[in-house]
Amino acid sequence: MTLQATGASRRDFIQASASAAGLLLTFSIAPKAGAAEAGVKPLNAYVHVAPDGIVTIMAKNPEIGQGIKTSLPMIIAEELDVPWEMVRIEQADNDPKAYGRQFAGGSMATPLHWDDHRRVGAVARAMLIQAAALAWNCPTGECSTDKGMVVHVSTRRKASYGSLAAQCSAVNVPDPKSLTLKDPSAYKIIGKATPQYDTAKIVSGQPLFGIDVRRPGMLYASYEKAGVFGAKVASCDLDAAKAVKGVRGAFVVEGGTALDGLLPGVAVVGDSWWAARKGRKALNIKWADHPTSAQSSAGFAKRAHELAAGAPQMVTRHDGDVDAALKGAAKTVKAAYAYPFIAHVPMEPQNCTAEYKDGKLEIWAPTQNPESGRQLVARTLGLKPDDITIHMTRCGGGFGRRLSNDYMVEAAWIAREAKAPVKLLWTREDDVRHDFYRPGGFHFFEAGVDAAGNVVAWKNHFVTYGEAPDRPAPSAGMSASEFPARFVPNYQLGVSAMPLGVPTGPLRAPGSNALAFVHQSFIDELAHAAGMDPVAFQLKLLGEEKIVGQPPAAYNAERMRGVLKAAAEMSGWGKTQLAARTGMGVACYFSHQGYFAEVAKVHVAADGQVKVDKIWVAADVGHQIVNPSGALNQVQGAVIDGLSAALFQKITIDNGAVQQGNFGAYPLLRMADAPPVEVKFLKTPYPPTGLGEPALPPAIPAVTNAIFAATGKRIRELPIDTSLLKA
Amino acid sequence: MAYKLNVNGKVLTADVDPDTPLLWTLRDTLGITGPKFGCGVGACGACTVHLDGKPIRSCATPVSSVAETARITTIEGIGADAVGRKVQAAWAELDVAQCGYCQPGQIMSATALLKSKPRPTDADIDAAMSGNICRCATYNRIRAAIKRASGQPVEV
Repeated sequence: MTLQATGASRRDFIQASASAAGLLLTFSIAPKAGAAEAGVKPLNAYVHVAPDGIVTIMAKNPEIGQGIKTSLPMIIAEELDVPWEMVRIEQADNDPKAYGRQFAGGSMATPLHWDDHRRVGAVARAMLIQAAALAWNCPTGECSTDKGMVVHVSTRRKASYGSLAAQCSAVNVPDPKSLTLKDPSAYKIIGKATPQYDTAKIVSGQPLFGIDVRRPGMLYASYEKAGVFGAKVASCDLDAAKAVKGVRGAFVVEGGTALDGLLPGVAVVGDSWWAARKGRKALNIKWADHPTSAQSSAGFAKRAHELAAGAPQMVTRHDGDVDAALKGAAKTVKAAYAYPFIAHVPMEPQNCTAEYKDGKLEIWAPTQNPESGRQLVARTLGLKPDDITIHMTRCGGGFGRRLSNDYMVEAAWIAREAKAPVKLLWTREDDVRHDFYRPGGFHFFEAGVDAAGNVVAWKNHFVTYGEAPDRPAPSAGMSASEFPARFVPNYQLGVSAMPLGVPTGPLRAPGSNALAFVHQSFIDELAHAAGMDPVAFQLKLLGEEKIVGQPPAAYNAERMRGVLKAAAEMSGWGKTQLAARTGMGVACYFSHQGYFAEVAKVHVAADGQVKVDKIWVAADVGHQIVNPSGALNQVQGAVIDGLSAALFQKITIDNGAVQQGNFGAYPLLRMADAPPVEVKFLKTPYPPTGLGEPALPPAIPAVTNAIFAATGKRIRELPIDTSLLKA
Repeated sequence: MAYKLNVNGKVLTADVDPDTPLLWTLRDTLGITGPKFGCGVGACGACTVHLDGKPIRSCATPVSSVAETARITTIEGIGADAVGRKVQAAWAELDVAQCGYCQPGQIMSATALLKSKPRPTDADIDAAMSGNICRCATYNRIRAAIKRASGQPVEV
C-alpha cells in the first residue's frame, strides 16, 4: 500500500509502501527557493528494509572516485540508526523522475543532500518505531532504537527492523520537518572513517567500470575524428578497413557542427577492439579543410598581447578610481600571467556501450551527467528520451570530463548503424585530442600598495576566449566578484575575448583552478613589494570584518582568516629554518563553498628541478566531515592534482589541432613527485559542504610562491618552466 | 591463431592475431577484465600483470611473445599469493582507492616490489611504482599501504 505523509506540505512529500517484501521509502523534498533558481530539481532517495533486516540504500549520483556512493548512504544510515554492516548500496540508474538531478559536479552533493538525506533516514526510523509501538500497544515516546532494532526503553523489549518493516503499512508517514535529528555527539556512522563500499571489488579487479561492460553478441568500436575539431571527412578507404581480419563494418558518420555534439568521423566495428583499432588504422582518411584549421596557441598568445595593449573590450567592474589610486600608491607592481589549455585525462578512457532494439536504446556509460547525455542522444538520434535507458557504471575518474557525453552519443549512433550491441572505446590519443579543455587565459595586472601595506588599487585586463567578453567560451569566464574584489577600494576588471574553435569545459574547480594561481601569485608579489610577510599581508587584506560583500557574492573573511592562521601554525610558518634554495609559500582560496589555505615547502635544485617537500592544508567546510577517510583522500588527491598541473600539464594547438597524444607528451605526476599532504579540518558552525574540488586551487600558487621564496624567481606562466630556475 | 595461456593457474586458449596485445587477449577474448587499459603504450601501468612473477605492461606485450609455459597472474589471481593477499588487505584497510581504476595495476606493481624487497625504503617505492600513474593522486596512501603490507610503521 501507499501512504502519504500527514501534515506534510506540498514541499515535503514522502511515499512509503510496505508489504511482505519490506518497507520501501520514496522521499522527495522540493528544493529551497535558492536552489530552484539555480535549476536544481527535486530529489528522491530510496531506502528498502528487507525482512532479514538488511537495508538497501540506492546511490543516486554517479561515482567518479569522489566517494559519494558511500558517503550519501552513510548520512541516511546514521539517522535510520542501522549498523553500517547491515547496509547494502546499489547504484541507481538515471531516473530523474525518481531521483531528481543526478550528477557529479561542483562539489555539490554534500551541501545539497546533508539535510534531506538525514530526513530520509529519520522518517524510516520514525515509521519503524510507530510499527513497534503499535505492536506493543505503547506510546512511541517510550521507544528508541539501537543497532537496527526498536527498543522499548523501560522493559528492554526489542524488535528488529526486519521484523517490523512489513508492519509499516499500518503507520503514518511523519512530516520530516517534525522529526528531531540526531545530535552530532550521538553519531555512530557520520564522522567515522569508512572505506568505500566497493573496496573489496576494486582491490580484486572485479568488473565495475564502463570499460568492463559486456553484452551478448557485443561488437567493439573505434571511432576516428579529425584533429581539427569538427572537420568533415573528405575521403576514406572503408574497404581497406573491412579487409582487416575481425572487422565487421566500417562507415562514415556525417555528424554535426556543434562541438559538444556528434562530430563527423569514421567508425569501425569488429569482433574485438584490437580488430576495430587495426581496421581504423587502414582507413587512410582525408579531412576537408575547416574554418578553424589555422588556429594555434602561438597565434592566440600573440593576439592576447595585442588586445592587452589596448583598452578592454568591456569593463565588468569598476570600484573607486583605480588610476588615481595607482598614482597615489607608495609602490606599484605590473605583471602579466598566463596559463595553458589542459586536458582531464581520466585513467579510464572514454567509452560507452549501447544497444538499439525496436526503437529503444539501452546505454551503459561512465558519465557524470547522465540526463544531459540522454537528452543529447535523443536529439541527435531523433528518439524520445523515455525510449532511452541509461545505466551508470562506476567512472574511472571524472574531473569534469564526463559532464560532456560526446562518447555516449557516438556509441548510440554507431550501435544503431551497426545493428548490434556495441562497446565504443577511445584510445588515449582520442581522449587527449578530443577533450573539453580547461581553457587557457591571460591576465595583465597592475596594482598599488600604500606605505602601511594596504592594497589601494587593483587593475586586471583579463584576455579570454569567447565570442565576446560577455559571452565567454565554456568555463572561460570570470566573476566580477573574484577576490580581492570587495576588499580593495579601487578595483577594475576589464575583459577582452578571442573567438575559439576548440571545445572547452569544466575541469575540477573550473575557473578557480587557474584564477587562484594568478590572483594568489600576484597578491604574493604585492606582499613582497610592500616588504611584508605574505601571511601577515593576506590577513591584512582580508581585514577585520566577518562578512564582506552582499549575497550571492558574500565572502566570509573570518573563515578565511581562520584557515590562514591554521595553515601558518601547522606548517611552522616563519619559524622554520630553511636550507639554501628552499622556501615556503602560502595561498588561500574560496571555491565550492569551501575555505582553504595551503602552505608549500619547496626545494629548487641547482638545475632548476622543483621538489615539493610537503604541503599543509587547513580546510573549513563546516561543522561536520561525513566520511573522514574519503575527505582526507579527496583533499590529498586534489592538492597533488594541482601540483601535477603546475609542474607538467600543457595542451597546445597548432594547425587547428591538439599536438599532444599520450602520457609521454602530456605527463602526469608520479609517485616520486608526490609530497606528503597534511590536512586539518577546522570545525566551524556552518553547514557541511563538498570536498571534490576546493582543495585544488590554492595548491598551485602555494607552490609557485614557495619557488619565489626559494629562488627569487616569480613563476607567471604555467606549467612551471624549470629552465628559468637554474642557480 | 590459437594461443595457450596459463592465467591464474588455468590453461586457457585464445584464438587471436599474433600482434594482439596480451591485455586485449585477456579482456576481450578471455573476459578477464581486471587489467585495465589506460594508454596502450606501456606508460601508465593500469594494465600491469605478472609474467612469471615479474610485472609487465600487458598493453604493450604481444600475445605471440608470451610462452605457453609462462605463468600469467592478473589482479583476479593475486589473492592466491600470500604477499598479494597482504597487499590487497592493506589497500582495503587504508581505503587507498578513489576511482579505483588504476589500483589493480598499482597492486600488481606493489606485490612484485614486496616479493623482491620485503621491507622497501621510500626510494625503493618511488622506483618500483614509477611506471604506475594514479590520476586521482592517491600516492600518499599507496605509499602507506605498501609500508603497511611490509609491516613497517605508517603515517597516514
